[in-house]
Amino acid sequence: DEWAAAKTLVKPPDQLELTEAELKEEFTRILTANNPHAPQNIIRYSFKERAYKPISYVDQMAIHFSLNGNMILKDSDEGRRQSIRLSTAAEKAPVETSAVTSEETEIKDEESTGDTQAAGDEEAEGSGTAEVAEAAEAEEPPRPRAKEQKLANQFNFIERASRTLNNPMRERACQSEPTPCKNFSATANQWEIYDAYVEELQKMERSKEKEKTKVQIAKREEEKKKGRNLTSLESQSDDITKISKAAKIMERMVNQNTFDDIAQDFKYFEDASDEYRDQQGTLLPLWKFQYDKTKRLAVTAISWNPKYKDLFAVGYGSYDFMKQGQGMLLLYTMKNPSFPEYVFSSESGIMCLDFHNDHPYLMAVGFYDGNVAIYNVKKATSQPSYRSSAKSGKHTEPVWQVKWQKDDMDNNLNFFSVSSDGRIVSWTLVKNELVHTDVIKLSVEGTTMQGPEGLQLQTLGCGTSFDFHKKIDYLFLVGTEEGKIYKCSKYYSSQFLDVFEAHHMAVDSVSWNPYHLKVFISCSSDWTVKIWDHTIKTPMFIYDLNSAVGDVAWSPYSSTVFAAVTTDGKAHVFDLSINKYEALCTQLVVAKKKNKITHIQFNPVYPVVIIGDEQGHITSLKLSPNLRRMPKEKKGQEVKKGPEVEIAKLDKLLNLVREPESK
Amino acid sequence: MSLKRSSVQYTPSYITLLCLLCNREKAEVEETLKRIQAHKGVIATIVVNAEGIPIRTTLDNSTTVQYAGLLHQLIMKARSTVRDIDPQNDLTFLRIRSKKHEIMVAPDKEYLLIVIQNPCE
Repeated sequence: DEWAAAKTLVKPPDQLELTEAELKEEFTRILTANNPHAPQNIIRYSFKERAYKPISYVDQMAIHFSLNGNMILKDSDEGRRQSIRLSTAAEKAPVETSAVTSEETEIKDEESTGDTQAAGDEEAEGSGTAEVAEAAEAEEPPRPRAKEQKLANQFNFIERASRTLNNPMRERACQSEPTPCKNFSATANQWEIYDAYVEELQKMERSKEKEKTKVQIAKREEEKKKGRNLTSLESQSDDITKISKAAKIMERMVNQNTFDDIAQDFKYFEDASDEYRDQQGTLLPLWKFQYDKTKRLAVTAISWNPKYKDLFAVGYGSYDFMKQGQGMLLLYTMKNPSFPEYVFSSESGIMCLDFHNDHPYLMAVGFYDGNVAIYNVKKATSQPSYRSSAKSGKHTEPVWQVKWQKDDMDNNLNFFSVSSDGRIVSWTLVKNELVHTDVIKLSVEGTTMQGPEGLQLQTLGCGTSFDFHKKIDYLFLVGTEEGKIYKCSKYYSSQFLDVFEAHHMAVDSVSWNPYHLKVFISCSSDWTVKIWDHTIKTPMFIYDLNSAVGDVAWSPYSSTVFAAVTTDGKAHVFDLSINKYEALCTQLVVAKKKNKITHIQFNPVYPVVIIGDEQGHITSLKLSPNLRRMPKEKKGQEVKKGPEVEIAKLDKLLNLVREPESK
Repeated sequence: MSLKRSSVQYTPSYITLLCLLCNREKAEVEETLKRIQAHKGVIATIVVNAEGIPIRTTLDNSTTVQYAGLLHQLIMKARSTVRDIDPQNDLTFLRIRSKKHEIMVAPDKEYLLIVIQNPCE
């Protein structure tokens, strides 16, 4: 009954209210071995596929209880060891009860027979895979009958190791030879690149030359070897010759510094007071050139170099018949007034010189003893390159003037010379020899003499100067000691084209006008300077200068300007277009009265004249503006320049003079 | 004009002649340097070689070395400037005028010639 009573349903208060149908619903429950706590969808990142992937299998094992036991297998090594230990421990402690000892002896006995079994009984068996792993080391079973304490260590642990043979280490190094290093630094500028290219070009040219002359290689090699030896010798000894060019420039610079004011005057000074001087001009003294070896010699010839406008040559000799000594030829440049550039000496006094127009390093020189010579400035010697001699037809009297001519048909150099022996000779340089040809003999008309054996002797006039026409090649003038001027042609050797009764004394200089084709000037020791037209027998203009005129020269820039020097030390400059009767400038140039001026020359480019005197000094003077007047241009008209203007200018003047005559 | 090479015999006399010639040039250059030194106002003359070492001088050693070193560098710079602007051009002369005197330098391919002058006196 109580049981029946207990069968009545007792509903807890929070029970679900369900319907009958729902109560009868059957729910199936399946028992699986799955772990309900195991997760069902573990997602892991797979690096291989670089994506999140679900793990296919999830571990379903659920461990409810685990306990690590301490039981070891009786038969295992550890078990055996422990049993032995127990047995030995029992021997050590004799204090223990006999039961224990008997037990131990029993144990020992059992051990002696089958120790593993006994030990295994006493020992508890254990599960534990770990202990088996520990005892896996290969060990020898301990000695069972070890009553003596032979154990080496507590743990009865024997280790036996073996080692591989280690080769002894030895260091061995090898180092290669370091490549020789050198520090190199350079700059690469425009000019370095340019220099490299120029060198390359020269090398190419040299190799081309070598290709062309393959035939003479053997010979040349020999010479080169000898030459090389020589150059090595030379390069050792001359340290200082290489500086010659720099030294030359330096000397000029030093001189420029010292003579700075003169150089400035030369370049820039124009006398402003000329405006007030009413057409008169002055000559401004510039440099003075002198050389101690020529102190006793007189300047006998001056000539400007055709190529270098600042270079001039001066010949030294003596006009005095009694005092004849050696001669010198110096080349000065305006850039260096203190020392000549080139010095040549000769045994006989030099009377005249001339530069060749095309070869400005060649100078023809005439001597007092009648010889002529050619000096080559390029050569280092102070002796002439070619020289005439008595055998080769030298003059018998001093040579007063030499002039280069154009090269003849064989391209040989030739020049003319005039001398007091009355011959005008043409010298030709044929294969390093001077060959002479008499061009004209200056026979004086009407002076045939009766010589011995009935011969007719002609006395010859003495030529003192000559000049060749600039345009008409064959025409030239000769001035003589008798005062006559002969107009000659190169093609007529026996007759003159014309004779001018020019002066009463020796004609010192004749000169054609550089512009006008018909006009020439002559000067003489009879104190006069005369200007002629070669078609008219009488002079156009006559100037009396009160003293023997040494030299006269036309200016290169104007057809109406000329300068004359007299033996009283004065220089006279005339300009016909400004003043027909008087000099524009009469100036005492040389200080001492004892000194006579011998020659004057205009510089072809600069407004400078050089004057040589009897004491071997050369003075350079600058022409003031009044002396260099060009014709004034009318307003609006173009300024005509050139030789035609000059010719016209002179023509106009001549016409003024000629008209009364023609009438 | 065709140049026909005639074999030149380098006889001993020829060699001595060549040496004499170069001696002559040497004498000329020496003379020129002496003239420069003797010129009015010139204080000193120094010849310097390509490495900046003075070969000839009329000054005392320390001053010479100083001048040589400084001017050598200046010339290199000046020459480099001139040639940089136009490689076909080259320096021919350099003049430095100061209050007290003027230093003139003439450069050469291998050498340098320095002259110090007092231009006013």
